[in-house]
Amino acid sequence: MGNYTIVQARALSEAVFEMWIHAPQVARHAKAGQFCIIHADGAGERVPLTISATKGDDIRIAFMAVGTTTKLLATLKTGDELRDVAGPLGMPSDIAEGSETVIIVGGGVGVACTPILAQAAKDAGNYVIGIIGARNRDLLIFEDDMRAICDELYVTTDDGSYGIKGFASGPLKDLCESGRKIDKVWIIGPGMMMKVTSEVTRPFGIKTYVSLNPVMVDGTGMCGSCRVTVGGEMKFACVDGPEFDAHEVDWNDLMTRQRMYLSEEKQSMEYREEHHECRCRKVE
Amino acid sequence: MDRDADLRVTDFKEVDLGLSREEAVAEAKRCIQCKKPKCISGCPVGIDIPAFIRAIADEKFQDAVDIIKKDNMLPAVCGRVCPQETQCQGVCVLGIKDTPIAIGQLERFVADIERKKGAKCPKCAPATGKKIAVVGSGPAGLACAAELARRGHSVTIFESLHEAGGVLMYGIPAFRMPKDIVQYEINQVKKLGVEIKTNHIVGRSVSVQELLSYSAVFLGTGAGLPYFMGIQGENLPGVYSANEFLTRVNLMGANKFPENDTPVKVGKKVVVVGGGNVAMDAARVARRMGAEVTLMYRRGEADMPARLDEVRHAKEEGVFFMTATNPIAILGENNAVSGVKAVKMELGTPGDDGRCSFYPVEGSEFAVEADVVIEAIGQGPNPLLLRMLPELTRNRNGSVAVNCLGETSIEKVYAGGDVATGAATVILAMGTAKEAAVAIDKKLRT
Ligand SMILES: Cc1cc2nc3c(=O)[nH]c(=O)nc-3n(C[C@H](O)[C@H](O)[C@H](O)COP(=O)(O)OP(=O)(O)OC[C@H]3O[C@@H](n4cnc5c(N)ncnc54)[C@H](O)[C@@H]3O)c2cc1C
Ligand SMILES: Cc1cc2nc3c(=O)[nH]c(=O)nc-3n(C[C@H](O)[C@H](O)[C@H](O)COP(=O)(O)OP(=O)(O)OC[C@H]3O[C@@H](n4cnc5c(N)ncnc54)[C@H](O)[C@@H]3O)c2cc1C
Ligand code: SF4
Ligand code: FES
Repeated sequence: MGNYTIVQARALSEAVFEMWIHAPQVARHAKAGQFCIIHADGAGERVPLTISATKGDDIRIAFMAVGTTTKLLATLKTGDELRDVAGPLGMPSDIAEGSETVIIVGGGVGVACTPILAQAAKDAGNYVIGIIGARNRDLLIFEDDMRAICDELYVTTDDGSYGIKGFASGPLKDLCESGRKIDKVWIIGPGMMMKVTSEVTRPFGIKTYVSLNPVMVDGTGMCGSCRVTVGGEMKFACVDGPEFDAHEVDWNDLMTRQRMYLSEEKQSMEYREEHHECRCRKVE
Repeated sequence: MDRDADLRVTDFKEVDLGLSREEAVAEAKRCIQCKKPKCISGCPVGIDIPAFIRAIADEKFQDAVDIIKKDNMLPAVCGRVCPQETQCQGVCVLGIKDTPIAIGQLERFVADIERKKGAKCPKCAPATGKKIAVVGSGPAGLACAAELARRGHSVTIFESLHEAGGVLMYGIPAFRMPKDIVQYEINQVKKLGVEIKTNHIVGRSVSVQELLSYSAVFLGTGAGLPYFMGIQGENLPGVYSANEFLTRVNLMGANKFPENDTPVKVGKKVVVVGGGNVAMDAARVARRMGAEVTLMYRRGEADMPARLDEVRHAKEEGVFFMTATNPIAILGENNAVSGVKAVKMELGTPGDDGRCSFYPVEGSEFAVEADVVIEAIGQGPNPLLLRMLPELTRNRNGSVAVNCLGETSIEKVYAGGDVATGAATVILAMGTAKEAAVAIDKKLRT
């Protein structure tokens, strides 16, 4: 299809996939907190995905197959090519050099973003506590990566099939209440999970970041599709974010805008299911 | 000649089919070859207009193109999109009593002939070994790169999107600027040896340090940051910047959804806010996607900055003009747009710039139904790279400050096009870029 070779593709669970892609200009500059835009083929959409790790000239992405593009990506194999990969986009995470204690919370596919962040915080000399959660054991990803990086790691599953039973907010609350000094918290996951979980740190006045995922097009600040309201102001998540102060985010605004294309997403998937034999489309 | 309005609103094919050979030659013969041609002074890049018109009258079409190309690299583009009525045609002496010469049509006519025949590639000067980075592949970046390549330099263009062309690709719709023409022109630039690296966002995929390692840098990053009105309801699903709406359709092919994966909302009723080319393009795209379209503009029709042809075409295609009207809120129901609340404006006397002042009429608020609202109220320079160059002096409106050579406040960094002039025109973008290229060449040779 294009110029960006998939050097390794594999399923992490039934619905979550990992891919290493050869994209030198992205890999060489990527920092924790940044994302890339993937445009699989000429007819495809430009979708933002967090850069979850880098190695030399390759980047790793991890995604859940939820819609047209991610389901297409899930069918691609090692050696296949993507038409376009652009990035790194967005501002890097606000990691301080020194001896801060930070907590990194990942939920669902949001866990994909945590290893690169944990590693960056660790490399900067911070004490890193990880909390990763999933609905059940099968959906849990990157536990090994996180275990290798973090000074402390807590694992939760909603159904108790592994680790601590309950949401990731449980261990977070315990840590906040323990009286330990906590300097910063990152929470990355589905919108509702970030909204609810960030309420845990609010009473303690702990600086908390979330990574927002509004619908994007260009990812470079030229369309305003990704606009979010933070602290009462309009911000473009692709250039001003995607990480923002959790306690300032207008969650209603974000989640309403995320649902803007629900009916089109459904229509697109139905169309793809009928025409799946041919994705030999508009390719240059 | 324009295609029939009823037919053309059903597709994205070019509206204006141009002149036939006979029409072009006859039009060229109308030119009285003024001794002191006003038209040249009206052209931002000073094309020798009477000379090329003369060549057309003599049916020496290649000569005509060669004359134009001395000053304008993209005649097929400019013939189609320049605001001729405020430039060359606006001052043509024949316009005083009669109709001015259709200079834009003639320009486009000869450029189209050359393209169909296959233009010969101009020779480049011997290689200088100097490497130059051009940021952005819009008209400014392309013009600067072509000029520098012709002068023997090795040029790399970095473009953040997956297609080169800037606004010509993602902004101006195909029915006005056919994409095969844009692609052809981009290929001509590549044939000069210019390398275009798409998916390369300077400031992100290319660091500032890497950028400054080139012998010279040209910033042609345009004015792509959309402004929003700052009124209530703006974040409702169904509210777009014109840039987003047009990018979804022109670049991502959303008019062919679900064949293409990118969707766009149009609904039954669309309100477009603004009175420039961008607003007209958004309105006409929405018409083609089957919506009833109302264009709201705060001043009078005569004040609209859009090209006259665009205003006329939009009207012919059934866009309803609601002038002297300003939106004050976007109304919503069930998390979707349901309408626009607007206020009537009282127009005052024209000011120094010839445009009317205006102020809201108290108690004149009213609401219009709408499913989608598209804001086309202006754009500023994209801040992504500029933020990483804090030493770069900026003008009050945020654009990059340059001198007459295109030099910025940073050594060996030049700028041109919309990023330096503020949102302007294709021809100005190319004109300023070419001046910068000449200055870069001169500097590198001393
Ligand atoms: C900065 C940024 C970083 C992102 N990083 C990642 C990442 O690392 N991994 C990843 O999987 N996604 C990530 N996303 C979300 C990702 O871009 C979308 O999931 C993707 O666009 C879906 O495209 P699609 O065509 O497959 O699905 P669509 O057809 O666009 O959506 C299908 C359905 O899935 C829902 N949906 C969309 N996203 C999610 C989600 N994340 N979780 C659950 N349901 C969802 C939609 O609301 C819709 O109902 C990120 C988004 C942003 C803005
Ligand atoms: C819808 C619309 C209709 C218009 N109609 C007309 C018309 O009819 N007539 C007319 O004369 N003018 C018209 N204009 C204005 C005209 O298109 C612009 O003045 C002209 O395109 C400016 O050229 P430019 O090269 O400076 O910028 P652009 O064409 O904006 O190109 C800038 C390029 O730089 C890229 N870029 C930005 N930042 C970076 C970065 N950090 N790294 C890499 N790449 C980057 C962008 O992706 C873009 O491709 C219109 C504009 C719009 C939006
Ligand atoms: S001003 Fe008009 S008539 Fe005179 S030379 Fe120019 S195009 Fe011809
Ligand atoms: S995605 Fe277009 S401005 Fe952010």
